[in-house]
Amino acid sequence: MGAHVNTTINGDAVEFVCAPDESLLDVLRNRIGLTGAKEGCGTGDCGACSVILDGRLVCSCLVLGAEMNGKKLETIEGMADGAKLHPLQQHFIDGAALQCGICTPGFLMAAQALLRKNPDPTEEEIRYGLAGNLCRCTGYDKIVRAVQAAAKEMRG
Amino acid sequence: MPLDQDLEIKKFKVIGTRVRRPDGVDKVTGRARYGADTSAPGQLVALVLRSPHPHAIIKKIDISKAEKLAGVKAIITSADLPDLTNGDRAMLDILENCMARKKVLYDGHAVAAVAAIDATTARAALKLIKVDYQILPHVTDVDEALKPTSPVIHDHIFTDGIEPKPTKASNFNKQAEYGHGDLDAGFAEADVIIEKSYKTEQTHQGYIEPHSCLASVSPDGAAEMWVCTQGHFVYRNQCAALLGLDANKLRVTASEIGGGFGGKTHIWTEPLALALSRKANRPVKLTMSREEVFRCTGPTSSTSIDVKIGAKKDGTITAAFAELRYHGGAFPSNWAEFGAMTTWACYDIKNCKSLSKDAIVNRPKTAAYRAPSAPQSCFAVENTIDEVAKAIGMDPVELRIKNAAKEGTKSSYGPVYGPIGIGATLQAAKNHPHMKAPLAKDTGRGMACGFWFNFGGQTCVDLNVTPDGTITVAVGTMDVGGSRASLALAAAEELGVPYEAVRVIVADTSSLGHNDMTDGSRGTFSSSMAAVFAARNAITILRERAAKTWEIPVDDVEWVDGEAKAKGASRGNLAPLTLKDLAKGAGGTGGPIAGHSEIVADNAGVSFGTHICDAHVDKETGKTTITRYTVIQDAGKAMHPSYVEGQYQGGAAQGIGWALNEEYVYGTNGRLQNAAFLDYRIPVCSDLPMIDTQILEIPNPHHPYGVRGVGETPIVPPLAAVSIAVTNATGVRMHHIPMSPPRILKAIKSAKM
Repeated sequence: MGAHVNTTINGDAVEFVCAPDESLLDVLRNRIGLTGAKEGCGTGDCGACSVILDGRLVCSCLVLGAEMNGKKLETIEGMADGAKLHPLQQHFIDGAALQCGICTPGFLMAAQALLRKNPDPTEEEIRYGLAGNLCRCTGYDKIVRAVQAAAKEMRG
Repeated sequence: MPLDQDLEIKKFKVIGTRVRRPDGVDKVTGRARYGADTSAPGQLVALVLRSPHPHAIIKKIDISKAEKLAGVKAIITSADLPDLTNGDRAMLDILENCMARKKVLYDGHAVAAVAAIDATTARAALKLIKVDYQILPHVTDVDEALKPTSPVIHDHIFTDGIEPKPTKASNFNKQAEYGHGDLDAGFAEADVIIEKSYKTEQTHQGYIEPHSCLASVSPDGAAEMWVCTQGHFVYRNQCAALLGLDANKLRVTASEIGGGFGGKTHIWTEPLALALSRKANRPVKLTMSREEVFRCTGPTSSTSIDVKIGAKKDGTITAAFAELRYHGGAFPSNWAEFGAMTTWACYDIKNCKSLSKDAIVNRPKTAAYRAPSAPQSCFAVENTIDEVAKAIGMDPVELRIKNAAKEGTKSSYGPVYGPIGIGATLQAAKNHPHMKAPLAKDTGRGMACGFWFNFGGQTCVDLNVTPDGTITVAVGTMDVGGSRASLALAAAEELGVPYEAVRVIVADTSSLGHNDMTDGSRGTFSSSMAAVFAARNAITILRERAAKTWEIPVDDVEWVDGEAKAKGASRGNLAPLTLKDLAKGAGGTGGPIAGHSEIVADNAGVSFGTHICDAHVDKETGKTTITRYTVIQDAGKAMHPSYVEGQYQGGAAQGIGWALNEEYVYGTNGRLQNAAFLDYRIPVCSDLPMIDTQILEIPNPHHPYGVRGVGETPIVPPLAAVSIAVTNATGVRMHHIPMSPPRILKAIKSAKM
């Protein structure tokens, strides 16, 4: 028997049916067509599937789709304001903070969650705030700098 | 049309600027499509059954129950992949690695694959397949594998490179030797001789995107595949050959790639997805789990290396010898030989030799990992050089500068160097503020230099002028980290148009001629060369069209800043024709305007880098923290400096992970114990400091802009630089990588005894 779920994703009402053991990540990717969240490990170790669920950063591979009833979900697809990129997105491009880009949606979600809680983080706070996300290309240097630059811009 | 590839332009308009990459917006908004991000109507989901044993005979595979499960559409075993390799043993090895034939050779070796209507059904079907194994003794250690007492993995391997060729099969597949001079005479001249042995453990490239492909074979034999790969043309060629398809009927499209670092230069499950699709007559999507990526794709060799260096008191190295033992996993390879070729490449040594021994073990097939084989040999050599410096009381940077290779040096692996950057990177390190900065308590500083060959290879570029005068560029060499931006810069530079007027795509295998894969740091080097030539060929046509319009000889038309101009005083009244004008009028002057380039990009230009590392070691826990890190490397010419810096930083971070944490752990049962990111720990953001970079530009004389490949060299020195820093922090020489806390504590303890 599938679970019948009514939820809100990036401000839109979404209804779906999923298997009881199906992860939120699989629901997003295979049923709703939102493939911005990536499966790097499926065990909550890499953060590539990060989304914001009721204001909290989670690995969508560790959440069940069936748990989503009545919840509010934010994914990478909802981060930009129409054609205008979020400052974090813009600074990732301007600061060359991505190479292959597979981890980028997860990092942007994690950075978004961090800056909401702490708009003026130190370098160390940024590094620990992003420690749940793996990047194999950049060595993190340019990611940390992009988050610093975006935070500064967002503080105004 | 052949064009001169030699360096000529000195002043650039857009090359070297930090433009926004063309794939940036798609990648920050989640729109970019990677291997697993696309689907086909009616697609099935495929999963692979893998061996739990490191070495066993497959006595029987019973698929009868699984076949009957509702929703299962196809099951394949090696019986569905007949040997079509016609005596090509290397191709048969590839096939055998994709699917075990008579024996399984490592934990995780594929034995069967299922395509079903969904993943749940496919998982259930795997459980219903019964495999009857006869377990054989196994070996996973490189030194053990080379012993005469070791279980022999392949009965057809008789060591290459030994005369007379052995008549008894063994796991020792190849021996090779490089170097020159008279070692005995050299060691006799030495005041100091240091002789040490080192070990490094097996690591994985650790790309975040697991392998994924979507294969579709039609009943008429035409096939398509969408796949994350570093080389879709090579995947096309190999898959077509193994499945008996004509290469022209298999159209492979490269998805965006979520990291590769060498690991996506080999085919793994792609032939299985194609065979399943052919059998089921439906599209098949096959995505690996992270556990499969660790167990069954291509990590590095683990190694065991002996080094002996003799030097005079003034620092002159008089003789150097190394024996390098690497493994290729379960198949014959030449990774140790690669290591041997790199061993002494940084230095000008009169008498040097390196001897390589390649072994076969019951581990997954070793694949390239960024400058494959060089980090391990560099670790062994640079630590020994550091000991020589300490033994004669000389500054380690000065010792390296004194012995550094230079233009005209005959390298230890054969070629005579042209202009190279080893001396310049060492001088820059010597003068860098990092070298003079004070050190905190329990913190040590290490420096090391490293080398990589770089490669050029086959490349195709098509450049088309659209009717509105903007430019499209199609390249067949995969973009793994930003090369599309560099190619657009090259086309814009040549044509004299803004960067934004050029759009670059990676074309599929049916749209261009063969391209080699993106390895050997060749992506930007070779593709930018082809893009320059394609643009120059287009300019020739643009000039011809202007000449035709003006009815003057083509020799009287020059191309300046994006416009055709008529030469000579008598033609001063002819207004220049812009790219837009010529594009608009193309239909009346001879048709569409394009430039093509199909080349072998020779003379890639060797690459050198020097790294400086500060490491703090907690002597209670053995935990190491990198407190400062600097990368200095010759780029030839940095086409996009931000992405050159990114390569330096990323390579250093990978090397730091290798030096401190990353390691395949095999149990005595021959099974991999840590096939997950939780237990195979790559560096996270809070593990690392900012990584400083310094780009040197010593032009490669054989690239029109002086470019050298930059991607691989940055991973070569870190193992050495970090271990020397740890040695200086603890006072104990570290001979075994990674320097995990237990290994550091053990080394400190045994030094006290």
